[in-house]
Order: sequence, then structure tokens, then C-alpha cells
Amino acid sequence: MRRSLIAFACGLLFALGLGLSGMTLPSKVVAFLDVFGDWDPSLAFVMAGAIGVHVAAMRLLRGMGLVRGVQPQPPATTAGIDRSLVVGAAVFGVGWGLVGYCPGPAVVGLVTLEAPVLIVVAAIVVGMVVFHRRRG
Amino acid sequence: MSEFTPMASLLGGVLIGLSTVILRVFTGKTAGISGIVGATLRGAVERWRLAFIGGMVVGGLVVLASSSAAIAFSLDRSWPTLVVAGLLIGYGTQLGGGCTSGHGVCGISRGSGRSLVATCVFMATAMLTVAAMRLLGGGVA
Repeated sequence: MRRSLIAFACGLLFALGLGLSGMTLPSKVVAFLDVFGDWDPSLAFVMAGAIGVHVAAMRLLRGMGLVRGVQPQPPATTAGIDRSLVVGAAVFGVGWGLVGYCPGPAVVGLVTLEAPVLIVVAAIVVGMVVFHRRRG
Repeated sequence: MSEFTPMASLLGGVLIGLSTVILRVFTGKTAGISGIVGATLRGAVERWRLAFIGGMVVGGLVVLASSSAAIAFSLDRSWPTLVVAGLLIGYGTQLGGGCTSGHGVCGISRGSGRSLVATCVFMATAMLTVAAMRLLGGGVA
């Protein structure tokens, strides 16, 4: 129960961060990726802010002795840097560039009930299910 | 033309960073959206995953209520493009074991070499895709 409450709050905070940052506007995402055109570098600040806070908070908590050792991580599905990692990331990047949505903003964007968002999310779900069916 | 918003984007990033580090410290879980959604679709339905997705939807409603201009599908895309892109995003994130949140934020933050490589790769192919759209079709908006 406690874990679910924390997860709910984190999901909420995550969505607010996406909305404030501009990640929930595919046009802004595409403008960030448009390095050879009308480049808008804003979204580089999202990653800088997120990684900066995450790393700083971990250091602080470890320094205070509140986080001992290495936090348990979910087991990696594939060890090391392999073909699946590189091909999967490359394929995802093409989709991201085409519509300016990565999975988080697509899920959050569902609340608009706009047809393009519903189509993208439905196709994302199909893509994920196809992958897991093939893998058995 | 997209407006340059470094402060809002940085602040949004700070909220995302807080979300990912709180989830990691208090539950030991990774706030990777493709992982959370993919695992649920695979049949690994867990209450914390559903709660996280629920929190995202409620957060989306808050964003929508405070500014409808902040959350909208603001691009002109044909439906076949939307379908193909969605399939690539869904399949690619499962094959590569993560997306912008899982690899790009959580993975890089904990010093994962795999995540750094994945992030560089998807950034590169996304930028190349937008460049290709410019070359082939003219506009990207």
C-alpha cells in the first residue's frame, strides 16, 4: 500500500515535470530534435535538470547515511552493450523523431483525448505486445 | 518556430529528477515508462506500476486544467505515420530495454554504460529522422 502511494505520487510528479518542461508538446520535441533546422535547445535542460537532481540527491542521501550501499536495481534483461540494445534504441529513436512522443508524454497526452494521441498510444501498445509475443 | 524556454524546461526536469530518485530510494524501482507499461502488458501486473501510471494520468489532467496550450498533439501527421511511429516506439523500447526515462534519466544517473549508449543512439536516430523529414518533405511541423 505504502509503495503504491509513493508510486502514485511519483507518477503525478513525473507528469507535472513533463508538462512544465514542454515534453508534452510534440512540436517542441521535434524542434529540439531539429538540429539542422529551427533548433530549440530547451529540452536539453530537461535532461540536465533531471539527471542533476537525481545524482545530487543520491550523493546527499548516501552522504547522510540514509541510503546504504547500492540500491536494489531490477535485473537487466540483457547484460552488457549488445545488438538488442543498439537496434532497439535506434528503432525507438526513429519513432520518436516521427511524432515527437516518447512513451511518458504519450501516456500523459492521453488525457487530451485527441485522435492522433490515441492512435500513437494504441500503436505503441501493439508494438510492445508484438515484441513480448514473439519473445514468448 | 518553437520558443526557447530554458527555465521552465529546467524546472520540469527537476520535478522529473525528484520523481525518479524518490521512486528509486523508497521502492528500489526504476521510473522507466516503457518498462512500467511494457511489463504490465506482458502480464506482470503489479500494484505499484498501475499506481504510477494512474499518477501520470492524474498529473496529465492537472496540466490540462492549468494550461491546455501545454499539452496538445501540436503536429500535423498522417494517420499511417502515427501508426508506424507508435509501432516503432513500442517495439524499439522493449527490444532496447528502455526509453528516455529509463535509459536517459534513471540509467545515466546511476552511471550505466548501457543506458548512455542507448541514449546516444536514440537521440542520434531521432535527430536524423527529423533531418530526413526536412530533406524529403520540406517541413517538420
